[in-house]
Amino acid sequence: MSEVLLEVRDLVKHFPVGGGFFKRAEGTVRAVDGVSFSLHRGETLGLVGESGCGKTTTGRCILQLERPTSGQIVFEGTDLATHSEKQLRELRRHMQVIFQDPYSSLNPRMTIGQILAEPIKVHRLVSGKAAREKRIQELLTQVGLLPQHAHRYPHQLSGGQRQRVGIARALAMEPSLIICDEPVSALDVSIQAQIINLLEELQSRLGLTYLFIAHDLSVVRHISDRVVVMYLGKVVEVADRQTLYEAPLHPYTRALLSAVPIPDPKLEATRERTVLRGEIPSPLTPPGGCVFHTRCPIAEARCSAEIPQLREIQPGHWGACHLA
Amino acid sequence: MAALLEVKNLRTTFQTSGGVVRAVDGVSWDIQEGETVALVGESGCGKSVSALSVMRLVSEPAGRIESGEILYKGRDLLRLSEEEMRGVRGREIGMIFQEPMTSLNPVLSIGRQLTEGLEIHMKMSPHDAQTRAVELLAMVGIPDPARRLAQYPHHFSGGMRQRMMIAMALACNPSLILADEPTTALDVTIQAQILELMRDLAQRLGVAMLIITHNLGVVARYADRVNVMYAGRIIEQASAAELYANPRHPYTLGLLRSVPRLDEPRRARLAPIEGQPPDLTRLPPGCAFSPRCSFKVERCAEAAPPLIAIDAAHRSACWECERLVKEVAA
Repeated sequence: MSEVLLEVRDLVKHFPVGGGFFKRAEGTVRAVDGVSFSLHRGETLGLVGESGCGKTTTGRCILQLERPTSGQIVFEGTDLATHSEKQLRELRRHMQVIFQDPYSSLNPRMTIGQILAEPIKVHRLVSGKAAREKRIQELLTQVGLLPQHAHRYPHQLSGGQRQRVGIARALAMEPSLIICDEPVSALDVSIQAQIINLLEELQSRLGLTYLFIAHDLSVVRHISDRVVVMYLGKVVEVADRQTLYEAPLHPYTRALLSAVPIPDPKLEATRERTVLRGEIPSPLTPPGGCVFHTRCPIAEARCSAEIPQLREIQPGHWGACHLA
Repeated sequence: MAALLEVKNLRTTFQTSGGVVRAVDGVSWDIQEGETVALVGESGCGKSVSALSVMRLVSEPAGRIESGEILYKGRDLLRLSEEEMRGVRGREIGMIFQEPMTSLNPVLSIGRQLTEGLEIHMKMSPHDAQTRAVELLAMVGIPDPARRLAQYPHHFSGGMRQRMMIAMALACNPSLILADEPTTALDVTIQAQILELMRDLAQRLGVAMLIITHNLGVVARYADRVNVMYAGRIIEQASAAELYANPRHPYTLGLLRSVPRLDEPRRARLAPIEGQPPDLTRLPPGCAFSPRCSFKVERCAEAAPPLIAIDAAHRSACWECERLVKEVAA
């Protein structure tokens, strides 16, 4: 397999809650609780799970937008925790992010051209105004926009076009890794496919590596080479795309897959669904033992007592379940 | 059989800085007793405004129901006084909104929000209303309902709040429920819970339901009949089974082809609908979908095609409908 670009080792991020300036915190949200995975150059790794599972926090920790409580993030061979703020700034160039909401992640007072020029100026990627203009035109074309879009403001563009600007801004830095945090979930159905195709094209053309964070399992299956499933701050299953969707090991993955409605009434009429009982527990007080045992359809006594370790059940297929 | 609700040529407009927007532009659809009908489309297609028009909740003065009829059990809701309309909302027709947090009152207890409608519409005594509220919460699967009555919306999770909205909508035994993106804000596993609950309750209580959604999967599982909307108009109308098996409008076909599906082998490339969603202040004179349509001919830019019956249960608004059928079959 190709070289490892990013390795996340036993990542933990806890947030203290409650309390005040002089008061001690009253509790701890275990947003990410011991997450490990690796990402190879040129691959797309899907990170799926429901709200509160820690997928976004994991992404933010990788970008060092949150300092991890513990654990290591090794990017291009170096541990990010050992870097100074200045070194990090340089390194972040190689690691970019595309956000969910193209409405709130673009400055409304700047033209598209200015938005794209800023990172180029800050990092002195090209010198001279003419070269910068040329680079901006190039970026716009790359994401399927027109040169004249440089003079427009974000509110003059549609949601899909704004997301293209978000992608162009990430590309401006010539990154090796792009963290896509729900990049299509705010877009209309007919536009989602356009953006997914664009991301795939750019990947093959520029050799990009994606960490694709999303809750939509059909989209994740389409775009990812391998998939990590998270629940309540923990990784419950990792496998390549085909294995995960055809032979899921973990009862949570199975329930997630069965909850996705399929646009075919005939199929839906006969399809048996595993509807999970109950709600996602609070990450303030996660259940003991296996975090999923409170909703698990096959849980046994030991599931509430022992924490299942993530182990390689078949080659390349990891699961954290006593019964798998 | 007469329809429970029949919307005829409804036109709702909004005055905006960019000009007058015809959010709903002459649409007709109906719901029979006990049936589940879907309004499907993307943002800005007019599906939510259609439901708000039925409830006469379009915010004035910017928004206005220009013309049309909304016949509920034969009575035109547009001719009722505001006083009479209040007797319809919540009592005859219940409504479930997308965002349970913003549509529940944060400073009223769960119990009070349920009992208020019961006392006003059903003339129940506070004590009876309280008993009924407990029943309702139990019916929608909220554990320990009696204790929950004293709590406030912020004590509830998203899924629980949506259950509470369903309980409120069902409180006065309505014949019809309008559900506007009822599960869009929820997680997948909770979404499944809520949709199954809604279907079970609708069947058990014989309530008709209008589901407004952009999710084609949800429609496939839960709707009997479907109306697909684009830029304020209905462009295709059919039973759910028929619509998915034989889409007869390029937009519907495009939507179905653009989504990746879990039941099919993975495709190398998705087939998106090209172009941008329509700008409602600057719609082309002909068919609003024509700028993005791969079946476009000259005529499409000149005149908007009417919604024409293809057979008894299927209508499509496309000039090139026959060619589409042939090409899809080929």
